[in-house]
Amino acid sequence: MEMNEHVQDKLKILAESAKYDVSCTSSGTTRKNKPGTMGSAEGWGVCHSFTEDGRCISLLKIMLTNNCIYDCAYCINRRTNDIRRATLSVEELVELTIEFYRRNYIEGLFLSSGVINSPDYTMERMLRVVKELRTTMRYNGYIHMKSIPGASRELVEQAGLYADRLSVNIEIPTEQNLRMLAPEKNHQSIFKPMYYIQQGILGSSDERQRFRHAPRFAPAGQSTQMIVGATNESDSDILRLSSALYLRPGMKRVYYSGYIPVNAYDTRLPALKQAPLVRENRLYQADWLMRFYGFKAGEIVDEAFPNLDLDIDPKLAWALRHPEAFPVDINRADHSLILRVPGIGVKSAALIIASRRHGRVTSSALARMGVVMKKARYFITCGELATLTVNELHPDQVRLALAPKKGRRDGPDTRQLSIPFTD
Amino acid sequence: MLVFRYDKSFEGLLTCLFDAYSRRAFPERLISMDEPPPLFAGEIHGVVAERAKAERVWAGLERRLTRPVCGMLMHVWLSELPQSDELLMRYMRKAFDAQASIATMFTDPDVLEVKKIAAKVSKERERLTQFARFQKAADGLFFAPVSPVYNALPLTLDYFTSRFADQQWLIYDLKRRYGYYYDLATAAEVTLDDDERLLSGKLNDALMAQDEKLFQTMWREYTVSLTIRERLNPALQRQHMPRRFWKYMPEKNL
Repeated sequence: MEMNEHVQDKLKILAESAKYDVSCTSSGTTRKNKPGTMGSAEGWGVCHSFTEDGRCISLLKIMLTNNCIYDCAYCINRRTNDIRRATLSVEELVELTIEFYRRNYIEGLFLSSGVINSPDYTMERMLRVVKELRTTMRYNGYIHMKSIPGASRELVEQAGLYADRLSVNIEIPTEQNLRMLAPEKNHQSIFKPMYYIQQGILGSSDERQRFRHAPRFAPAGQSTQMIVGATNESDSDILRLSSALYLRPGMKRVYYSGYIPVNAYDTRLPALKQAPLVRENRLYQADWLMRFYGFKAGEIVDEAFPNLDLDIDPKLAWALRHPEAFPVDINRADHSLILRVPGIGVKSAALIIASRRHGRVTSSALARMGVVMKKARYFITCGELATLTVNELHPDQVRLALAPKKGRRDGPDTRQLSIPFTD
Repeated sequence: MLVFRYDKSFEGLLTCLFDAYSRRAFPERLISMDEPPPLFAGEIHGVVAERAKAERVWAGLERRLTRPVCGMLMHVWLSELPQSDELLMRYMRKAFDAQASIATMFTDPDVLEVKKIAAKVSKERERLTQFARFQKAADGLFFAPVSPVYNALPLTLDYFTSRFADQQWLIYDLKRRYGYYYDLATAAEVTLDDDERLLSGKLNDALMAQDEKLFQTMWREYTVSLTIRERLNPALQRQHMPRRFWKYMPEKNL
């Protein structure tokens, strides 16, 4: 097939349309290269490039078409928007993927699509792309495929056999707000395909217990995304939903996408001066605490503090609300307690535990290991001269020492939106 | 002060350690064949690299240290940092002298330093796998120029051979002037006699495959289209993708 300016133009349009999806990981699968085939998705995926907004490009993130029958208020591709529309043929997309892959531009394909005719019609077209890649082209690179809300079980089950990861975006955390912004969708149309994917994963791992060569189903699991700041959910609403999702088998990642006013004319949406990037960052930190640091959602946010503190990270915020948990004795405490110290990360915690077997860990050794002593010193003892910890000082004083200085900022804080919604 | 002079090969370094044990005297400095000795050098011992001695030392290390830790020593060697050989010498001596494995004794500055340098080299390896870009030549060969700060190219072979198993490729370190050529079966080290014409890092138009320019353009335009203008953050871009890699990347330097 001939690549030409026509395809070049479509690629630009469809990349524009796909760029607000934040997922980019390409890890967690075990698809090795077999002799005579191309590509491998073994091991950790890497980022191959970074856009000027600092985001990773790991996969060829693209839509098959940006035509759509839906009119979701938060979406750039809603049918009532006057944007350029394009559709790639199956052959064009397959060739683009292969040629980009061969040049080490990408780890694989992230295929999404606007909904044309019906969810099943759309899914079938997407399936043809991934089938073609896996069978005709004998391609072993990574494939992340969107499952279209409302797609039938049979098609989701087929997709899981070819894709490494499947995802369905929740977008709006509460059903009520989803209905307000996307009247044609409901949570059921989203949670159903999620459930099919989960069943597929469980079914396959069960099969593989009995038959070693039973096919894997979406070996890299599933992920989802929520838009933050387009509706009035609190961080507590969002994090409680995330932690419930993480309890489900096969749910690997929840992404948070700071709302960018792509359709500013729509009065159901808040008027924002800028995307809530700080809030988005704090949500990711909280997400990390839940996944790698053993925190529960209810510890990070609760009724008294339903939103994350924008000035300090959620781990420090927790520590300041719980001075009774400190100081932690670096040379004696459990791994789980050491992980709770602000300024100590997963890596340095592992180094500390490993080094303790050889002798006492001193504060200078901690600094060399990469512990942020500026923070950690208020929360630890390591058997040296007594320093002032959060208990001798007051949490407020520690906060003052560690929070960014607010001195010269003009006007009110614009990072968090003031919510203009009425009930 | 005792000084050992050797050929700056890894085999030579292991032989240095062997000699130190048999002489029961450990050097404070290691210098190359043509390096002037330090001012206060007392005795200078010339070490002749010997495979048999080196293999004995390495086998001893493999008994005392796990494979990942031996791999870290290799990474430190490939860092080519000044005095990294002396660091390795101290580390290996400690590994032999200690009762138990020193691999996790991060309160020791040398043990921590080895881990840190190995991590840097490993990061450079990762960046090669991230940012190396193949250009397709008219004869079907895929060519990728690189110039890493550490000599990390040998560490990337598993990545490139498994990904690009069904295409011929050549990855060439333009700084160290050697590379690896993969012929659909194995990747072999090569040094090109006439590598002058490759030094620009770009195949000239006559050597390029017909579609190559188009794919490079499409990739660059794709990365531009994917950018969210409301979130521009070039500093973050440079942090993740240092500028020194841009010269061989079509999205940055077409």
